[in-house]
Amino acid sequence: MMPRITMDEVLRVAHLARLEFDDTEIEVFTYHLGEILDYIGKLNELDTTDVPPTSHVLPVCNVIKTDKAWDSYAREVVLENAPSAEEGHFKVPKVID
Amino acid sequence: MELFRLTAHELHDKLRAGEITSVEITQSVLERINAVDSKIQAYVTVVEELALEQARIVDVHLRDGDPLPLLAGIPVSLKDLICTKGIPTTCSSRILQDFVPPYDATVAQKLNDQQIVMLGKLNMDEFAMGSSTENSAFMVTRNPWDLERIPGGSSGGAAAAIAADAAICALGSDTGGSIRQPAALCGIVGMKPTYGRVSRYGLVAFASSLDQIGPLTKDVTDCAWMLNAICGHDPMDSTSVNLPVPDFTQSLVQDIEDLRIGIPDEYFIEGMESDVERRVREAIAELEGLGAQVVRVSLPHSEYAVATYYIIAPAEASANLARYDGVRYGFRAEETTDLIDMYKKTRSKGFGSEVKRRIMLGTYALSSGFYDAYYLKAQKVRTLIKQDFDEAFEQVDVIVAPTSPTGAFKIGEKVDDPLQMYLSDILTIPANLAGLPGISIPCGLTLQNLPVGLQIVGKPFDEETVLRTAYTYEQNTDHHKQRPTLE
Amino acid sequence: MNSKYETVIGLEIHAELATESKLFCRCKVGFGAEANTQTCPICLGMPGVLPVLNERALEYTIRAALALNCEIPPYSKFDRKNYFYPDLPKGYQISQLHLPFSQNGYVEFDLERERKKVGITRVHLEEDAGKLVHTGVSNSSNMSYVDFNRSCIPLIEIVGEPDLRSPAEAIAYMRAVKEILEYVGVSHCNMEQGQLRADLNVSLRPRGSSEYGTRTEVKNMNSFRSILAALEYEVERQAQVLDSGGSVEQETLLFDEERGITMSMRNKEEAHDYRYFPEPDLVPFEIDATWVEQLRSDLPELPLQRRERLQREYGLSADDALALAATRQMADYYEACVSLSGQAKECANWVRGDLSALLNETGQTIELCRATPQHLADMLSLIQSGAISGKIAKTVLEKMFHTGRDAKSIVEAEGLTQISDEDQIAAIIDDVIDSHPGPADDVRNGRLKAIGFLVGQVMKATQGKANPRLVNELLRAKLLG
Repeated sequence: MMPRITMDEVLRVAHLARLEFDDTEIEVFTYHLGEILDYIGKLNELDTTDVPPTSHVLPVCNVIKTDKAWDSYAREVVLENAPSAEEGHFKVPKVID
Repeated sequence: MELFRLTAHELHDKLRAGEITSVEITQSVLERINAVDSKIQAYVTVVEELALEQARIVDVHLRDGDPLPLLAGIPVSLKDLICTKGIPTTCSSRILQDFVPPYDATVAQKLNDQQIVMLGKLNMDEFAMGSSTENSAFMVTRNPWDLERIPGGSSGGAAAAIAADAAICALGSDTGGSIRQPAALCGIVGMKPTYGRVSRYGLVAFASSLDQIGPLTKDVTDCAWMLNAICGHDPMDSTSVNLPVPDFTQSLVQDIEDLRIGIPDEYFIEGMESDVERRVREAIAELEGLGAQVVRVSLPHSEYAVATYYIIAPAEASANLARYDGVRYGFRAEETTDLIDMYKKTRSKGFGSEVKRRIMLGTYALSSGFYDAYYLKAQKVRTLIKQDFDEAFEQVDVIVAPTSPTGAFKIGEKVDDPLQMYLSDILTIPANLAGLPGISIPCGLTLQNLPVGLQIVGKPFDEETVLRTAYTYEQNTDHHKQRPTLE
Repeated sequence: MNSKYETVIGLEIHAELATESKLFCRCKVGFGAEANTQTCPICLGMPGVLPVLNERALEYTIRAALALNCEIPPYSKFDRKNYFYPDLPKGYQISQLHLPFSQNGYVEFDLERERKKVGITRVHLEEDAGKLVHTGVSNSSNMSYVDFNRSCIPLIEIVGEPDLRSPAEAIAYMRAVKEILEYVGVSHCNMEQGQLRADLNVSLRPRGSSEYGTRTEVKNMNSFRSILAALEYEVERQAQVLDSGGSVEQETLLFDEERGITMSMRNKEEAHDYRYFPEPDLVPFEIDATWVEQLRSDLPELPLQRRERLQREYGLSADDALALAATRQMADYYEACVSLSGQAKECANWVRGDLSALLNETGQTIELCRATPQHLADMLSLIQSGAISGKIAKTVLEKMFHTGRDAKSIVEAEGLTQISDEDQIAAIIDDVIDSHPGPADDVRNGRLKAIGFLVGQVMKATQGKANPRLVNELLRAKLLG
C-alpha cells in the first residue's frame, strides 16, 4: 500500500489546482483524501499488467468537421458574463511573466 | 382536474382531444410548484412567464389545427447543468450563480423543436457531484416521501419534482448513477441512455467520458417519448454516435417471453437493506412469471467499480472545472492581491467542499509520479469491468439488479463521511464505466414507506430491450402509480 | 565563441496552420480583427461546450509531417495539458503527448555548401491560446487584458532533436522548416503576425563529450534576428557560467529584445506539472495508410530537391538556385519564364535582380506580380533581337511591373526601340564630335579611354536608345579610320 497522503502533498496539490484551505480544512481534507485513497488502493489487488487501458467505451473514431467559418458571437454577448471587462477585453489582475 | 398529476402521454391525449389547453396544464403545474416547492425545494429557477408564453403559442397552433410534435405543449424541467440560452444555468454552484449561457444545449434545442413548455431549472448536487443533493450551494432538496430524507442525487431536484408532481417530465444527467439513484429513491422512472446516444453539447461537464443526459419521468411511456425527443447524432459532440435512432415507442409492448434476464450475484452486496433486496427479488420473480428466463451471471470486477470511478471521474473533473477561474464568466473573488491570489480565492469561495475534494483527488491522481498508479490503473480496471459486461451479455439480454442498496437516507446522515456517500452509487457506477444504458423503475416500498428502484441494464445501444422489459413489468404492477402524500 | 565547449541547440517550432476556421470551433481565423470579435462559446471555454476537430487541420498536419519525412502512426489521440493562465480559456490546452500524429522525421538543408540533417522528434497538432495585452488599453498599469481571437487557432508543434551545433545552424534549420511549410502550403509562416514561433533549447558541453549539459529554454521567439541574438547571447552566457566554475540552471527564459539579454521568468516558483491525460471529449484517430500515401504523392517538390534540379537542369549556380527556390511561387515563376523564353541564365539574372528588387521595394509577393512570366519572356526576346538594350529593358520591366502591360506595347508606346540605323547614328556621332573636339582629338591621338565618354554622349543624345555596340563601332571607324 502506498504511504498515506501528507499535509504537504495536499498543499502542493491545492496549489496546482489553484485552491486554498485554512488549517482546519487542510486537516479534514488530508484525512478524507487519505481514507478515499486507501479505499482506491483496493485496485492494486488486481494484476493489470497485460490489460489495455480504456479511455473511451465508444467504438468511434475520426470525428471531424469541415473547415468552414461561421459568424462568431457578438462581442457584447461574449463579454456579458465577464466579471470584469474594459474596451472589448476581459480584464484580469496584472500578469507578471 | 389536477392536471399536474398526469403523465405527458395522458396530457397529450387530452390536448389533442381539445379537452384541455397547454396554458391550463402549465398553470396547473406552476400552481403545484407554488404549493409544494417550499417543502421539497426542487427548483433553482422557475420561468413562469416564458412557460406561459410558450404554452399560449402551442395553444394557437392547436386551435388552428397545425401539425405539432408529440411533446408540444407539455411542460418540461431541466437539471440546472443543461445550458439554456437566456436562462441562468448555475450547476447549483456559487461560481456559476449568475451565469446566463448565450447558447442552448443540443437537448434544449431539441426540446424547443418539440415545442415543449420550459418550466425551469432543477436543483442538484453542485456540478453533479454527490448522491443526495445536499451538495447544492443553494438548498437541500427533500424527498417527497419523507421530507427528513434526501431525494438522492445528483439529479435530486428532478426526481423530487417528478415524484411531487411539480414537473411532468425532466432531464437529468447520470455520471455514476445521478439519474437512476434519485429516480429509485423518489419512486419514479429514470433512464441513462448508452454513452454516445444523447449529445452532451451544452451539458456542463463533470466527467466527460461518463456523463450522459437522460429523462426522469412518471412512467416508462413518458421515458420513451422523451428519449425519442433527445436521442440522435450531433455534429457538435465528437462522442455522439452516428447510429439510426429507433422509435422507442415501438418498445412499449408487453413481451418478455423470449428474454434472458441476468441476475449478478455481486449486486446483492453486504449492507444492502433487506427490504430493498426483498422488493427486488419479488420483481425478478414477477419478471420470471411474465415469461422471462432468469439466469445467474457474474460481474466479478464489480467490487472495484467505485474505486475506479473515484479516480476517473475526479481526474476528468479536475480539468473540466479548471475553466472556472473568474476570468470570462461566473464568480470572481474581490480584493485579491494578484492573479494567483485571484484564482485561489475565486475557486475556494466559489466551489463547495465536495467539489473541492474531487478536484483535489483528481489533481492528485494525475500529478507527476502518480499517473500510472492511479489514472492508468483505473483505466485498465475499467477495461476489466467492461469485459465483465461483454461476457455476461453473451448469455443474457438484460441485467436486472437493485438500483441502490438502500432506501433514501436521512439528511445529514452521510455528509461527514464522503466514502460512505460514494458507496451509495455502488450499483449504478458500473454501467457508466461500461457506457451501458440503464433504467430505474419503481418496484415497491420498504417498510418505512420509502421507494425501491429496480435497475435494468442493457447492451450498448439496446435501449429498446431495456424499455420493453421495464414496460412489461410496469404494466403488470402498480408501483409506478404510487405517489407520496407530501405530508 | 569559446572553443572549449560544443553548442547543442534544439528548436520547438510552432506554426499556425492556414485554415479558414479554428481548430475546434467555427470561428474565422484572421489577424488584426478587433479584440474578442472572433470568438464563440467553444473557443472561450464556456461551460458545456465540446470540441470537434477541423478536418483541414488534420490534413495539413499530416502533409507537414510527410514533408518533414515523419512516420505517420496508424492511431493517434489528443491529450489535455493542464495549467492555469488567463489566456487559456479551459484551464487546459488540447494537445498531443502520448500518441501524436507523426514522429521520427528529419530535415535536410545546406549551410555554407555543406549538407546538414536534423532529426524531427514529432509533429503534433494543438490549439493556440488567447493573447494578453499589457498596453494600449486605458488604466493598464495594474491590470492585464485578454483577447481570445487567437484562442483555438490550429498550431503544429515541430519538435526538433538537439542536433544543431551553432546559432547559425539553428537559423538555417528554422529557415529550412519555414520554406518547407510554405512549399507544402500548410502555413503562411508570417513571423510578424506570430504565425511562426520557436522555443529555443540551449546547452553546452565540453568538446568530445557525448552527454548533454543542462539546458535552458528561451520561450516564444518570432523573428530570425532575435532568435540569432538570443542564441548567441545564451551560448556566451552559459560559457561564462561554466568558465567561472558555475553550473547552468535548468530554467525557462525570456529574451529582452531591447537589452539583448535573456532573463529568467519570474513566476517560476513551481515546477510545471501539466497532468496530461487523454482528452475524453475527442475520439481517437485512425489514420488510413492509403490516404497518407495519397497525401504523400500530392506533395510538391520540396525546396532542397528543387534547388538541386534547378542547378542540374538549368546550369544555375548554387547561389542562384538558393535565391530562386526560396519560395515555391518564386521557383514556379522562374521556371515558367525559362520555358517561355529558353534563356535560363538571363531569366535567373532578371528574376533575382531587378524583379526581386521591385518586389522588395513594393512589398509585393511574386504570385500577385503584374509582370507575368510571359511579359518577362517577351522582354527577353526583345533584348535578344536587339530591339531594346539591356538598359532600356530595366525601364521596360519597371513599367510592366507597375502597369501589367506587355513589353512590346510599352516599347512602342514610349518610343523605346533601339536605334540601329547606321546613318541616323552616324549623324548624331558627327554632332557629338563637333561639340566635343577635345575628347575626339584624344582618341585620334591614341588615348582610347576617351571613347567611353563619347559613347556616353551619343547615348545621352538618343535617350539611351542607340545600339551601343553600333555606336562604338562607328565612332572607332570615324576617329581611327
